[in-house]
Amino acid sequence: MLYSEKVMDHFQNPRNVGKIDDADGVGEVGNAKCGDIMRMYLKIDDNGIITDVKFNTFGCGSAIATSSMATEMIKGKSVDEALTLSNKAVVEALDGLPAHKIHCSVLAEEAVKAAVKDYYDKKGIAYDEELFKGIDSCESCHD
Amino acid sequence: MHIYADNAATTKISKAARDAMIECMDSCYGNPSSLHSDGQLAAEKLVAARESMAKLLGANPNEIYFTSGGSESDNQALITGANLGAKKGKKHIISTKIEHHAVLHTLNKLKKQGFEIELLDVDKNGFVTADAVEAAIREDTALVSVMFANNEIGTIEPIAEIGAVCRRHGVLFHTDAVQAAGHLHIDVAAMNIDMLSLSAHKFHGPKGVGALYCRKGIFLSNLIEGGAQERGKRAGTENLPAIVGMAKAFEEACANMDTTAKKLTSMRDRLIEGLSAIPHSVLNGDKVARLPGNVNMCFEGIEGESLLLLLDMNGIEASSGSACTSGSLDPSHVLLAIGLPHEVAHGSLRLTLSEENTPEEVEYIIKKVPEIVGYLRNMSPVWDELEKGERKHVI
Repeated sequence: MLYSEKVMDHFQNPRNVGKIDDADGVGEVGNAKCGDIMRMYLKIDDNGIITDVKFNTFGCGSAIATSSMATEMIKGKSVDEALTLSNKAVVEALDGLPAHKIHCSVLAEEAVKAAVKDYYDKKGIAYDEELFKGIDSCESCHD
Repeated sequence: MHIYADNAATTKISKAARDAMIECMDSCYGNPSSLHSDGQLAAEKLVAARESMAKLLGANPNEIYFTSGGSESDNQALITGANLGAKKGKKHIISTKIEHHAVLHTLNKLKKQGFEIELLDVDKNGFVTADAVEAAIREDTALVSVMFANNEIGTIEPIAEIGAVCRRHGVLFHTDAVQAAGHLHIDVAAMNIDMLSLSAHKFHGPKGVGALYCRKGIFLSNLIEGGAQERGKRAGTENLPAIVGMAKAFEEACANMDTTAKKLTSMRDRLIEGLSAIPHSVLNGDKVARLPGNVNMCFEGIEGESLLLLLDMNGIEASSGSACTSGSLDPSHVLLAIGLPHEVAHGSLRLTLSEENTPEEVEYIIKKVPEIVGYLRNMSPVWDELEKGERKHVI
């Protein structure tokens, strides 16, 4: 099999698919030319806790599975904790990804970060630019 | 429900071919190069297979070389054309942008060796014209290689016209007929084909065996050196059971070609009609000059691999030209060559039918594909933007 059972489970039954109309932060990474785009919506309460998260993804099986897993991993967590989510952690939680699919997990990590950045921007919360450096650099892109 | 609709990738071996192979393995295990009775029995089978294949291609038996398959045949044909050209100082090779990688990658290798490779554009339906080939032919053109029919979009190229142009200009002409052999009528003499590649597993023969037709008088370059098999042009003990199976499958395919084509064309056109009802979809390739079993469509706003996985879960086995399925970062070079933008090419679906498929299966596919496309579009940010008018529909 190309994918682990966990990947197939999250692909077949993706968690938290959808949109949040009054989201506090929305992040989109990737591009259609490369074949994957992830958009993540966060609902964040006054204590900085992510109370709800939804995603929309255009992409392959692992792009959908990593989006789904990433939303599960940050739901109920604080924004600070969400920012520590690494692509490696997503890959491990999915019991691994094929080598040429690792960039999907990078997109998932970046989508979370992009959504948090949007939340900071909207709320006027100051942050270190370094934290979001390189987001949506789309390392798999050729141009 | 289990529907195999990926017959351009490979086909199920026919019962007659399978039986012929088993019979050959059981009762004819001699080496065709051996002088004893068992060896000579094997040699007779080899001769019979060669004669049968030759006859069905309009060739002479001594113009048929058995190989390991389409890729090897393509490699040998192109390298032969290049070597023969180089001897006369001709280093220009003409081909097309939609060839199989067995051709394109071999041409890349030849480019590194100093050959000038000119890949012709195709139109939006995937056609290359004889006029375009003629316009590209130069004094120093060593070889023209144009595929008989495209493996992804099914477009059938005007091979006889291109063959006539090449013959008139005295340029060698090779065609990769891997998708055409056993499905379309081929007459190498009438079509002025100098070299032709075919592969058994595309017409219900076994995998790992194919043939190269090379017109008499063209000095083949060896890829494999060793014994005198295949008239010294392809060393190694012949894979006799596979060759016997290939010949049997080819006989069957050619004998039933017209009835099979009629049945497949009807199912193909119904499938195209049904799937075209999906909004923002497009048929890739020509509607008429198309392989009988080939359907290739793009659906905007979705990605092919996730479509394939969901189809598979619903019992439908198909293929796609998305980057994720091509194993590279780019979607199919064929879909890009016919002018599709990357984002649309990622959402392609190829369904290729054989005579084993049924109209009921076609109806099931027509019912399932829109459901799955709709489901994926529903979670696609690209589709969301298209629907909101933030992104323009391309198809």
